[in-house]
Amino acid sequence: MNDEILDWGIAELHRRLEAREVSTVEVIDAYQEQIEIQEPEIGAFLTLDLDAARSTATAQDTRRSRGETLGRMAGVPVALKDNLCTTAFPTTAASRILEGWIPPYNATVVDRLADQDGIVLGKTNLDEFAMGSSTENSAYKITKNPYDLERVPGGSSGGSAAAVASRMALVGLGSDTGGSIRQPAALTGIVGFKPTYGRVSRYGLLAFASSLDQIGPLTASVEDAALVAECIMGHDPRDATSLQEASPLLLGALTEGVRGIRVGIVTNLVEIASPSIQAALLRAADALAQAGALISEISIDELAFGLAAYYVVAPAEASSNLARYDGVRYGLREPGATVEEMMIATRTKGFGPEVKRRIMLGTYALSAGYYDAFYVTAQRVRSLVRSAFDRAYESVDLLLTPTSPTTAFRIGERSADPVEMYRSDICTIPSNLSGDPALSVPAGADPDGLPIGVQLLGPPRSEQLLFRGAYAVEEGLR
Amino acid sequence: MTQRATAGPAKGWEYVIGLEVHTELKTRSKLFCGCPNAFGEEPNTSICPVCLGLPGSLPVMNAQAVDFAIRVGLALNATVQRSQFHRKNYFYPDMPKDYQISQYDVPINANGYLELPSGRVIGIERAHLEEDTGKLVHRGGHGRIESAAYSLIDYNRSGVPLLEIVSAPDIRDPEEAKEYVTELRAILVAVGASDGRMEEGSLRVDANVSVRPIGEATFRTRVEIKNLNSLRSLVRALTFEGHRQVQLYENGEAMIQQTRFWDEERSLTGALRLKEEANDYRYFPEPDLPPVAPDVELIEERRTELPELPSARRGSIAMILPELSADLRETIIADACWPYFRSAVDAGITPARAAARCANELTALLPDIGVLAPERFVEVLAIEDRGDLGASQVKILLREAASDPTPVKELVTKLGFTARDEDAMKAMVEEVVIRFPDEWGRYLGGDEKVAGFLLGQVMRQHGRQISGAGARQALLALADEARSGAE
Repeated sequence: MNDEILDWGIAELHRRLEAREVSTVEVIDAYQEQIEIQEPEIGAFLTLDLDAARSTATAQDTRRSRGETLGRMAGVPVALKDNLCTTAFPTTAASRILEGWIPPYNATVVDRLADQDGIVLGKTNLDEFAMGSSTENSAYKITKNPYDLERVPGGSSGGSAAAVASRMALVGLGSDTGGSIRQPAALTGIVGFKPTYGRVSRYGLLAFASSLDQIGPLTASVEDAALVAECIMGHDPRDATSLQEASPLLLGALTEGVRGIRVGIVTNLVEIASPSIQAALLRAADALAQAGALISEISIDELAFGLAAYYVVAPAEASSNLARYDGVRYGLREPGATVEEMMIATRTKGFGPEVKRRIMLGTYALSAGYYDAFYVTAQRVRSLVRSAFDRAYESVDLLLTPTSPTTAFRIGERSADPVEMYRSDICTIPSNLSGDPALSVPAGADPDGLPIGVQLLGPPRSEQLLFRGAYAVEEGLR
Repeated sequence: MTQRATAGPAKGWEYVIGLEVHTELKTRSKLFCGCPNAFGEEPNTSICPVCLGLPGSLPVMNAQAVDFAIRVGLALNATVQRSQFHRKNYFYPDMPKDYQISQYDVPINANGYLELPSGRVIGIERAHLEEDTGKLVHRGGHGRIESAAYSLIDYNRSGVPLLEIVSAPDIRDPEEAKEYVTELRAILVAVGASDGRMEEGSLRVDANVSVRPIGEATFRTRVEIKNLNSLRSLVRALTFEGHRQVQLYENGEAMIQQTRFWDEERSLTGALRLKEEANDYRYFPEPDLPPVAPDVELIEERRTELPELPSARRGSIAMILPELSADLRETIIADACWPYFRSAVDAGITPARAAARCANELTALLPDIGVLAPERFVEVLAIEDRGDLGASQVKILLREAASDPTPVKELVTKLGFTARDEDAMKAMVEEVVIRFPDEWGRYLGGDEKVAGFLLGQVMRQHGRQISGAGARQALLALADEARSGAE
């Protein structure tokens, strides 16, 4: 029975719960059993509270038995990336500097999931402050890829990805600044969605790079991703960059198909991917063509500049966003003879090497005399990427690219070479720079059995079309 | 531009002064969150995740603060424009995010000016919005952070909206600096943007000052003096600094650009540690806030709603009472006083009388004005204008009208002032005339000087209860009767 429960998507789970074929408590028990088996191997979670989850489940069963209508996420076990503020769990961003810090408020997305009766099991591991592509930069633990325990799950939302991929949670929430939802989704064989910038409130997300960060779901299926997205999208008055318009309905649109939709394969991003990924991408394109989409090839050379621009803009914003971790108000405080010495000691001990590297990069890029050469130039490249996308979308409706140039790499393989690590995000970064929606969907495996993901990109606010495309790929490759 | 006799720091030298005035805007809530913008609360009670800069919190713009900024901009004849927020990055424990959200190269207000009572025009480079920091209290040592045993932080002030108004280096002496701050304060209060209370820190001044030989066209190295929190400190600090700089030049010593503080007790400026000014603020556009773009309609609406500003009030006075002294004029155009004067003049009260009563009795009453609204004030002055009551009675009546809500007419009766009619007044004068027949004879014979004596007797007899003007009327009437009876 338990194994069967873990196979159900949200819709199936909902139906079974409504039909009283299963109780919410039984669902939580099934996930608990899975966690007890898998978690010691995988290490996806930083904190777990299954007792709290079970008492929420009990309460939901009582409510249901009283005839109450429950929310759309009723009974759904959720894993939250540990950079989302929660009053019920510490929120650390996988950093020593926030060890044990319990926020006095919930992130907007956390409240929205709770409003829909989602059940949070725990908080998941990440690269410290979401800076990384392998989850190796966590100050607490290394999360393993469920398909090969010697390999990374990707990052920075590697904990949420590994939790969903190993069926320890039905839904994961992650954040995506340069690919941190999509790349781990691809490396662990699940669906990862980054909405249009402003579609999901960032209130309560520990900021890495404010103009790039977006929260989104990691799920086993496109349908589940659509449902979770519908629950968390929508204007939030507490986030001034949040879009004012009504969010698109995604679930209902999935089956509308892609007949006549023009999809462009971004050849210059395909060329840099490994052969098995290229082959998988062609299979995905073929699935779209079978469903009636019109496939073409397009080269968008400007996208290659995105990586360099990103590694100026993101560290610049991060250097400012992370200034507040100074030991004065919360988190770690190291002793020092003066306030200044205390701050230096705290930050020296509290931040890991990658975070320090980016703070220094960003501080340098914003410094007097370097600002124009780095920050201003990077912003210009950003506009270039935006206009390159705009031009592309004059001739196609969606773009198809690999999500990552490679499948999951070995733990430690890229740790010594940060630039090689940064290149992991070359296909995902352009959508963060442009603020456009993007989605990674599973497309088979390489000869070693490691999952491959392909990425669909769309113009701003084109989530509906994006999900129709993703659903067609998923169906076609099934 | 009107010339002005300036007092230089030394013979042959002049000051070059530019002021940065920070004013707290009296919005209901803080600049980026819903916490009340209150003064004097218990420490750390008016705070939330946003103004504490907790991880994950985000700023949201307060529309009322933008509105106030626009009003001030318009009152300072500035261009109100689409503006961008920037982050000013530096580490300090009173600043919860370790950056301040401020405006940098595109402030909401730019290129204005302010006309001083002297007629001199001071350029306003910009007036921009920013958030205030928390408040540090250093315990032990000399009250400065480096010597303190420990420091306490109150974040109630963190996120309170500030408008920083930066003048051009157009100010030429410390007294003019004082005049500028006084005038600016009056404008801020008049448009309702600030309560202008310097002692509560809702108006704080930083001064940039240099000196140069009169006639020299370029500016010399300037010094910034931080946190001048009273007009007295401002004048004294600038004077001290001017003298210090001249002395340095005359001794052939080097002037270095630096930030100094004013030590009120020791009456001197001292240098801040070099470290604190070696900051590179690494400004960059605040990604959490979209640009603030006030629409043209709102700006025009606010323009038409601007109250009469001090310079316009001065203009009105120059028309109505051209002879009025500058001191009296400044007293009358003060925000608290002006509505009374305006109402009185609009109601047809003799302007000179309105001015005198405003400048003297009203100003004395203002700290505890009670129920004396402008309409009530005008009612009292109208009685005086008609000659129904004398000046000394009106002064008493004004005082009573402030503390006693009885309608003015009844109040007059209650005080026993004019319940007397003309006949009663005549009877009182007659009593005196009978007692002083010689003087009465001289008066009838045309000796006007005796009138004063006779009226004085009446007043002595009946005191302040009667109106001097009324008594004079009665005396004239009696004289007429006597003369016509004699014919």
